[in-house]
Amino acid sequence: MRIGLLHSVIRKDEKLLIQAFQAQPDVTLVPIDDRKLAFRPGRPPADVDLLLARSVSHSRNVNAVRLFEAAGVRCVNPGQVIEVCGDKLQTSLALGRADVPQPGLRIAFTEDTALAAIEELGYPVVLKPVTGSWGRLIAKINDREAAEALLEHKATLGSYQHSIFYIQKYVEKGGRDIRAFVVGDRCIAAIYRDSAHWKTNTALGAVASNCPVTEELGELSVRAARAVAGEIVAVDLFETAEGLLVNEINDTMEFKNSIDTTGVDIPAAIAAYTVAVARGELSLCDRHEVAHVS
Amino acid sequence: MTTAQATATTFECVVCGAPIELGDDTLQGELIDCGDCGTELEVVSTQPFLIQEAPQEAEDWGQ
Repeated sequence: MRIGLLHSVIRKDEKLLIQAFQAQPDVTLVPIDDRKLAFRPGRPPADVDLLLARSVSHSRNVNAVRLFEAAGVRCVNPGQVIEVCGDKLQTSLALGRADVPQPGLRIAFTEDTALAAIEELGYPVVLKPVTGSWGRLIAKINDREAAEALLEHKATLGSYQHSIFYIQKYVEKGGRDIRAFVVGDRCIAAIYRDSAHWKTNTALGAVASNCPVTEELGELSVRAARAVAGEIVAVDLFETAEGLLVNEINDTMEFKNSIDTTGVDIPAAIAAYTVAVARGELSLCDRHEVAHVS
Repeated sequence: MTTAQATATTFECVVCGAPIELGDDTLQGELIDCGDCGTELEVVSTQPFLIQEAPQEAEDWGQ
């Protein structure tokens, strides 16, 4: 069994995954550096039975996976999942179709309609690029003056993608959010991400601690994963008085700071799931169909 | 971009010159932080060891 691991730079996450695959019996792990690939469409650039997409670059992940899939290689996550998770609007639509609770959302394409949508939603709101990670370029807007200035800046200085205004109602989350790790049909672990800053990305310094996987958290995380047909995903959630809300879903989850924190060997779980899929012991085609329908 | 060739399991940080040790399990493409200056380095080759500054974070990186 040959498992390809698509990567760019190898972070601690990828190194732990490589070690986890090496511990699997009868598995040859084939590292595939996306910086060294030149594809001929229809032909796999590497002889692998399955590809695990782990490039740090979203655009390379999704395009490389599409090319591997076109050559008949099963990929985890599938390209459709990566596309949906890499686009906040597509994610929101998929969650909405599955009745997964999420923060209030408005979308607008011009400064005027965006401002009207913000006023209708009520301050504070969070303005996000439709694509983006690690908290980059997301902004909390507390009043009309800030909204006008920010919208003008984005419309004037940003690319056309920054004029797709994704406006989310700000959720008072008590200084923390939850990241839940879903592998296959199970939420295997979760962490709280605490920060004095309203952004709770660990990439920005938020501190991780173990979050018990309650029945509510486990059930909602798996529902969210299913909504996007995700096989290995991290689900970000907010705690509110009305219950949990799903904020975002990550298709190439980072977990290096969550193993000791949770006591769960996350890379081992990912490797075991991936190998089981490659061996045909698991079939989640029905979930892929859901993604394609969307 | 400066590239430094390692000798045995140690090499010099290409930015500050501080010695950095590489373990036997070092992988091509692996990121390593210099303990002295904090620069993020990438092991671009393991045979022989070649080290250079890691690529800058791009707009589509991360989760």
